[in-house]
Amino acid sequence: MPAKRPRGKVHTAAERCKGCGFCIEFCPLKALRASGALNRGGFHFPEIVAPEKCSGCNMCGMICPDFAIWSEKLVREKDEAEAED
Amino acid sequence: MKKEESISLEPRPQNPIESLIRVERLPHMWCPGCGIGISMGAFTRAVVESGIDQNSLSVVSGIGCTGRVAGYLRLDTFHVTHGRAVPFATGLKLGNPKLKVVVYSGDGDLMAIGGNHLIHAARRNVPLTVILINNFNYGMTGGQFGPTTPMEAFGATAPYGNYEYPFNLPYLMDVCGAAYIARWTVYHVRQLTRSITEAMSKDGFSFIEVITPCPELYLRRNRLGDALKEMIYLKENSRIQNGAETRTVAIEKIRGEIIIGKFVDRERPGYIQSLDGHLQKVLGARYQRPPFWEK
Repeated sequence: MPAKRPRGKVHTAAERCKGCGFCIEFCPLKALRASGALNRGGFHFPEIVAPEKCSGCNMCGMICPDFAIWSEKLVREKDEAEAED
Repeated sequence: MKKEESISLEPRPQNPIESLIRVERLPHMWCPGCGIGISMGAFTRAVVESGIDQNSLSVVSGIGCTGRVAGYLRLDTFHVTHGRAVPFATGLKLGNPKLKVVVYSGDGDLMAIGGNHLIHAARRNVPLTVILINNFNYGMTGGQFGPTTPMEAFGATAPYGNYEYPFNLPYLMDVCGAAYIARWTVYHVRQLTRSITEAMSKDGFSFIEVITPCPELYLRRNRLGDALKEMIYLKENSRIQNGAETRTVAIEKIRGEIIIGKFVDRERPGYIQSLDGHLQKVLGARYQRPPFWEK
């Protein structure tokens, strides 16, 4: 049986992004890329290319200088049920 | 084509550190790729994770790019005159020792104009946490060279390169007697967060130097590429060496290995403790402790 992989979800605040690209470069699972669209400041904000890859490690949130992206760990229903038992 | 994706009317979940940031003032004034925002994020995460009482936490900033941190934190913050963040914080701490006081400023503010205050606060072991953001030049005024600029680096006032020997900040703080000394780069956010938590729990002078890229001035003038390239450089060329001899950790050249880590962690009686103990010993029954010092 394959080991359980943690899952996560990325949230972005695109209007704060200044397009430095740190989150895209330092995402350990390479789940992000620069969007083709521009935000109000004229920067290419990040977008998630592979939502299933995200583990919720929050490296993007820690390395972002503009507080424009962060991720959270998702808790599976099965895990919750196990925790309750 | 994808433009509409950026406009969403649904309320988005809140970033856990947003409770400590004045989000109405974002986007902040720092340049794209500047590391001050990363260090501020690490600080807010350290405050949230350590569970420190936010009502008894105070942040003091001086002048400069890093001085603007005081304006973006939703805490009791003070933006004081140039170089005088440490004396202001010392007064704050002595007036109310229950407060946890953090000095958050840049190298030009703390080390250049406020250098004297910094070394004396370290000597007296005033219980402060000093976070010094080192970007190797004066950012806000246009990239003049300062006391931390490496040899032969260009600056607005060093068109032929810098010929002045820079400070080795951890060594300086070590000989002055600081209780806790660490250096991290903004790439090492996890370690930096942990280090800030540790430093805030010390009952003495704790000092953390944070190396950060200055993309628009220092990197551009020295033709070192953009901020992303510098972050990869910091990742690849910094070596963690906890407990390293501080005299060996100077950053003298523009390019070269950067030694980071926790260098010093020692116990020394703090300033308030020394003052209190000494007066009690000398004056005996005549000594009356100020009422606001009572625990």
